[in-house]
Amino acid sequence: MFRRLEEDGLLLIFNFEGERVAARLGETVAAALLAAGIGRFRETPVSGSSRAPYCLMGVCFDCLVEIDGIANRQACMVPVADGMRVRRQRGARGVT
Amino acid sequence: MPDSHDLAVIGGGLVGSAIAWGAARLGADVALLDEGDVAFRAARGNFGLVWVQSKGDGLPPYAHWTRWSAALWPDLAADLSTATGIDVALRQPGGLHFCLDEAEMEQRAAMIRRMHNASGDIGTRLLDRGDVAAMVPGLGPDVQGAAFCPMDGHANPLLLLRALQAGFQLQGGAYLPGARIERIASRNGDFIIEAGAARVVARRMVIAAGLGSAALAPLVGLSMPVRPLRGQIMVTERLRPLLDRPTVHIRQTGEGSVMIGDSHEDVGFDDGTTVPEMQRIAARAVATFPVLRQAQIVRHWGALRVMTPDGAPIYEQSARYPGAFAATCHSGVTLAGAHALALAPAILAGALPDELGVFGSGRFDVPAA
Amino acid sequence: MSTRWDAIVIGAGPGGMAGACVLAENGARVLVLDEQPAPGGQIYRAVENVAAQGADALARLGADYAAGADLVARFRVSGSTFQPGSTVWQVAPERAVWVSCGGRSACLEADVILLATGAMERPVPVPGWTLPGVMTAGAVQILLKSAALVPSVPFVLAGSGPLPLLVAQQCIAAGAAPAAFLDTGSWQDAVAAVRYLPGALGETARRTLAKGLALHAALRRGGMKMFRGVHDIRIEGDDRAEAISFRVGRRQHRMPVALVALHEGVIPAQQITRAIGCAHAWDVGQRCFRPQIDDWGNSSVEGVLVAGDAAGIGGAAAAASAGRVAAFEALRRLGRIDAARRDALAATDRRAMKAERAVRPLLDRMFTPRREILCPADDVVVCRCEEVTAGALRQAVAQGCQGPNQAKSFLRCGMGPCQGRLCGPVVAEVIATARGQAVDATGYFRIRPPMKPVTLGEIAELET
Repeated sequence: MFRRLEEDGLLLIFNFEGERVAARLGETVAAALLAAGIGRFRETPVSGSSRAPYCLMGVCFDCLVEIDGIANRQACMVPVADGMRVRRQRGARGVT
Repeated sequence: MPDSHDLAVIGGGLVGSAIAWGAARLGADVALLDEGDVAFRAARGNFGLVWVQSKGDGLPPYAHWTRWSAALWPDLAADLSTATGIDVALRQPGGLHFCLDEAEMEQRAAMIRRMHNASGDIGTRLLDRGDVAAMVPGLGPDVQGAAFCPMDGHANPLLLLRALQAGFQLQGGAYLPGARIERIASRNGDFIIEAGAARVVARRMVIAAGLGSAALAPLVGLSMPVRPLRGQIMVTERLRPLLDRPTVHIRQTGEGSVMIGDSHEDVGFDDGTTVPEMQRIAARAVATFPVLRQAQIVRHWGALRVMTPDGAPIYEQSARYPGAFAATCHSGVTLAGAHALALAPAILAGALPDELGVFGSGRFDVPAA
Repeated sequence: MSTRWDAIVIGAGPGGMAGACVLAENGARVLVLDEQPAPGGQIYRAVENVAAQGADALARLGADYAAGADLVARFRVSGSTFQPGSTVWQVAPERAVWVSCGGRSACLEADVILLATGAMERPVPVPGWTLPGVMTAGAVQILLKSAALVPSVPFVLAGSGPLPLLVAQQCIAAGAAPAAFLDTGSWQDAVAAVRYLPGALGETARRTLAKGLALHAALRRGGMKMFRGVHDIRIEGDDRAEAISFRVGRRQHRMPVALVALHEGVIPAQQITRAIGCAHAWDVGQRCFRPQIDDWGNSSVEGVLVAGDAAGIGGAAAAASAGRVAAFEALRRLGRIDAARRDALAATDRRAMKAERAVRPLLDRMFTPRREILCPADDVVVCRCEEVTAGALRQAVAQGCQGPNQAKSFLRCGMGPCQGRLCGPVVAEVIATARGQAVDATGYFRIRPPMKPVTLGEIAELET
């Protein structure tokens, strides 16, 4: 859905659902995922509908993903870190 | 031509709505006067327990009334579902009151003994840690044991209110929201209630107005000395199922969110929240179930319980104005079964059963020894 | 355990930064909190990073954005303490602030709190708005600013206001032209706005208007397809946005798209002001609730001031002026200056605020959202989190529901993770219309803490 204007500076690698994704320092997880062509971020707990970011500023909570084992994190508010493990938020979270 | 009804109920919370629906489903012509959107409305802050084990310690009739209500609850839930299509999520798998130290264990043990002796054995017993752990996975190391009662359960209090009001209206009941009571007059055995633009005439009336009852009751020769007692509650985001039994401080709702309470604060008409209580409630919750540490709280509120001096309900018919009744309690969910299916018919018939005589307000006038 | 400050500023956008500069430069101990990792708010988001990338990167985003770099630079050396990555989740009226930072929460206290939490985009509930691929125009702009990303698929901007025009220009400048601009404004709005023209003839207002008109003209000259008077927008697709249909007059259109950027203006973000207990009023011109403040930014809660878009939409320049005005008042409250000195120091900014705000009535009227956006049809989801439709709301009203709080308790709208941020405005409008009353008579959700979700573990570990 989105492409990068600058391809240089792709210094970070993180993992999304088993796939390696490149990202730039300072990017949010949401931006990096959108740049990588990820169009669906979560499935709602109410109906299982697919959702993706709407506001990208922390208001809508539609960009919720699981990051490093912690569920329901706003992808648009979390900067990417090298080695991060990100997964879609599928419905309600569990606690273990 | 003013509205003329068999029954007017003042108060659209859980008590008033249960009575109103219970009467309407018998075919009575009922008007339900309710307040507006911004209100203390204990019904909106309720935890949702259908709780038996601790009710009526020191007042056996209250224990019996509560047990009867819990037994009536499945009929209430089924009737509401049939009438409105709304499932109020009643589950009665038995409930637990966790004890986090020896003192709490002893306290519970003593209460269980007292209530067995005074009101009969309904299976409530004190479980040691091993037995509790077998029942509920993920217990924290601080949990010493719990009081378990097989009659305890829970329901969704918000859906309950919604279903009662929907069922009431489907039965032809007149729902009159935004009504501030200005005058109550009595003429030829009828009550004339004026609330702004609304003028309601009814042969019988019930004051079930929560904290507002204290001011209204004297208008019809009743006494309802209720005072607010704040309870703070938190609720988490939706979680996958982890707890299928209700417990007195923690329960998981049908939607998956976990409700966590509570406090007992004498702070007047203040339904705000405080961080120290939030911390205390949270600390107890994570001590009970350490996995809840990760769960996020999405809302924290205070609600004002409607407390009588001894915590037991007030049910009474006015001596000076027969046909005017008082009905108030702080357990609007637990007693909804009895209110709808037992109290409402009695009010329509014009006489409370003898067993409810002990709930009159005269019991508060015990002269000092 | 708490740490005491003279002033805590919440929000490091133009209002917060400007206010913090005044406070710190006059010797007050100031703490500035923001959720983002760097200052700038939304309007100047990531401006330090972009400036570091060079003149081209800044130029792409326009002169107004570039001006933010100067304010941020001054803020950095002002002497205020900046704590980024901080989420404020509760503020007590006695001015205690609970903040989560790095997984731990702490309590801070201040004599004065300055709220500069800014605005959010008005929700645009059209059929299909919850589909992946539907965003706000501001979201597209955030991606451009903070990650140098542009759309790579066919996309349209749909809505009205200055922002989507700017986004269109920025995308074109970055080589990613939209397939079309669907302007939901109508000539009737423009004509009705003429009444406000006399008030907007001051120099500042004229410059704003001229910029907007020039932008509009440039976009048209550049060949961007523009539809005007667009209504009945529907976004179609099973699992993601695939097409957008709309009407112009009686003519039906349909375009295949994979991305739709919506915008119908911005409104104050009222979560924090309501949670604190500030009194709010309905602003008829801006069609939104905002906190009631006096000329100095004092809210109805003692010691809590509000500046910038959080107090009412005025734009970045007005926000900076308002931040400074509130800061001078805060200095008076702190006993560092007296009222006469405050009046003298704040005079320039107060005049500037008036000038910057003069254009608002005109803009507000010109870009009034359509009824169908404010009050959508039955089948449209109003609460995205709990998936509650406008029709379900109307049914609740028909059954006697008096307002948003009863609706919330019956339908769960407002109980999801966004805590009513997105659905609040629409729920209020739908209920008000269904009850035949004004929105301010209908009221708004009761906002309770925490203002953002916080874990039980973090709460349990608080020192109280």
